[in-house]
Amino acid sequence: MRAADLITASILVLFGGLVLFDALRLGVGWGTDGPRSGFFPFWLALIMIVCCAIIMAQQGLKAIRPSFIEPGKLSPVLKVLWPAILAVALMQWLGLYVASALYMGFYMRWVGRHSWAAVISLAFSIPLVTFLVFERWFYVPMPKGPLEAWLGY
Amino acid sequence: MGFENILLGFQIALTPFNLFVAVLGIFLGTIIGVLPGLGGANGVAILLPVTFTMPPTSAIILLTSIYWGALFGGAITSILFNIPGEPWSVATTFDGHPLARQGEGGQALTAAFTSSFIGALFSILLITFFAPPLADIALKFGPPEFFAIQLLTFSSFVGLGGGNPLKSLVAILIGFILATVGLDIVTGQLRLTFGFTGLMKGFDFIIAVIGLFGIGEILLSVEEGLTFQGAKTGMKFRVVLDTWKVLPRYWRTFVRSAFIGFWMGFKPGGATPASFMSYAFAKRFSKNADRFGKGDLEGVVAPETAAHAAGVAAMLPMLTLGIPGSPTAAVMLGGLIIWGLQPGPLLFKENPDFVWGLIASMYTGNVIGVVMVLAFVPFFAAILRIPFAILTPLIIVVCAIGSYAVHNSMLDIWYMLIFGVIGYVFKKLDYPIAPLVLALVLGDLAETALRQSLIMSQGSLAIFFNRPIAGAITAVAVFFFILPIITPWWRRMRGKPPAPLKPIAMDS
Repeated sequence: MRAADLITASILVLFGGLVLFDALRLGVGWGTDGPRSGFFPFWLALIMIVCCAIIMAQQGLKAIRPSFIEPGKLSPVLKVLWPAILAVALMQWLGLYVASALYMGFYMRWVGRHSWAAVISLAFSIPLVTFLVFERWFYVPMPKGPLEAWLGY
Repeated sequence: MGFENILLGFQIALTPFNLFVAVLGIFLGTIIGVLPGLGGANGVAILLPVTFTMPPTSAIILLTSIYWGALFGGAITSILFNIPGEPWSVATTFDGHPLARQGEGGQALTAAFTSSFIGALFSILLITFFAPPLADIALKFGPPEFFAIQLLTFSSFVGLGGGNPLKSLVAILIGFILATVGLDIVTGQLRLTFGFTGLMKGFDFIIAVIGLFGIGEILLSVEEGLTFQGAKTGMKFRVVLDTWKVLPRYWRTFVRSAFIGFWMGFKPGGATPASFMSYAFAKRFSKNADRFGKGDLEGVVAPETAAHAAGVAAMLPMLTLGIPGSPTAAVMLGGLIIWGLQPGPLLFKENPDFVWGLIASMYTGNVIGVVMVLAFVPFFAAILRIPFAILTPLIIVVCAIGSYAVHNSMLDIWYMLIFGVIGYVFKKLDYPIAPLVLALVLGDLAETALRQSLIMSQGSLAIFFNRPIAGAITAVAVFFFILPIITPWWRRMRGKPPAPLKPIAMDS
């Protein structure tokens, strides 16, 4: 936990530094008609950096060090995360409906080991229902790809 | 004066369409409350785009009904599965689940729903009577007063939130910084965009809510390993009636818990601490305190009454001051702006049909809610038996749909994933997420109030102290900010060991 805490605090300090840099570019003082654009971000970032420094100091003094994540538990988390990332990447090319059908089918088969019949029927019907609900009833457009274009949407 | 207003409200809330919307909202909300990874805040956020084409009053009724449903739904999983679907139902598991294990699940559920209903009703009554005068007072507020209220809002996260106060403060500051990204409406300059056009429109808090709460929660629950071992759900009408005969015995607990809930609730993050506090008080005052934790009905009544009272009370500052008391209320506030309404005290003057329709719908929504959950408990409980491998991708796809629909932007889905990972890491490291979201929502308002105040005072911070109302509020806010510093010092003075840092989840 300590290492993770230190890394997070360091990243936040860097982020704060970036904000300070931008705030100084915009001007942090008093303009012609009030505080300039950088005024508010400047003080926010400054206080944040100070807080992170204290958090890092606190961590340095800490005796108990539970680990951030137990070794065996990282893989189930990644097993959820990377298919999700892949699915979002696919959405860009194939549209939301096709991508989520592939994603759901893959996940159900790979993690859940459901029967092919269940996989195919659910992976087909859920995006279809989603399509009807959003495109037809609520007129909320979703990202669409070649299949939808071929079908005339 | 109030009577014809509330009558007008009921005329709006009782139209067939609005009643249908309430039923739909409660149905969806209860499902959302039951599912892990979907809670009140992101459930409302995901469904927000669906309301864009509705009349504002029906839209807010849908969103608030989802909220009531989520509040009810949390109790089902707590009692039957020992899994708190929402943080504020953790205290309900203490006695609710033992009761279910003893075969008294029906009794526990009836008690939980009835208590929720009574808690909610209490807060709605108080809102009905206190919201208009509070809005009248708020009409006289200037920028310094509004900034002082913002300070108070965030100071209560730091001072009363538990956990590491510095991490609460950092979470708030991150939220404010993210809110400044994009175009500065006062000077017209671009801030923190570093030349990327994608950053020009800034970060939408709805995306942040979906990512931080939705995706982050899924990753966390995967790590903890989801296993649903449910107690049996037998819900007979006989059991409901029998429980209702017993419940009046606990009237003292009801009254006390409702007061605790309301009092904690209109301050930010109130529902969770309110439920724990109410449980502790009930145990303290009970004659058979040793039965608590082993399946005492009073141990279900106390936290549920308080949590629901607090959940409803969070709507009071949103309506009267335009400052939400919880992330869920914050999402609704965002909705108000999208529907073209100006949140804040003027709402009572300019859109009375909206305000009173909403208040009246709180009554109807909770009546419909308690009847629906009592009738359909087995159905809602069955949702948790859906296999994990189907539920996970489904929830992620639903989150993606909600994120995309806000601005029709593919980039927002990527932001959602990034916020999800941040939410997961922050939750593990005890950086609270609720204040971050609230800061992101209120950032622009806070900055504008601060700038206007400083212009009024020619740059002197004294303006927050030498105006009577602003001064009093600022003083309380400063007290809360320094509370974590003075508490250990005070304990040492009295010869007590320092209390261990104990985080309280405040994701209501």
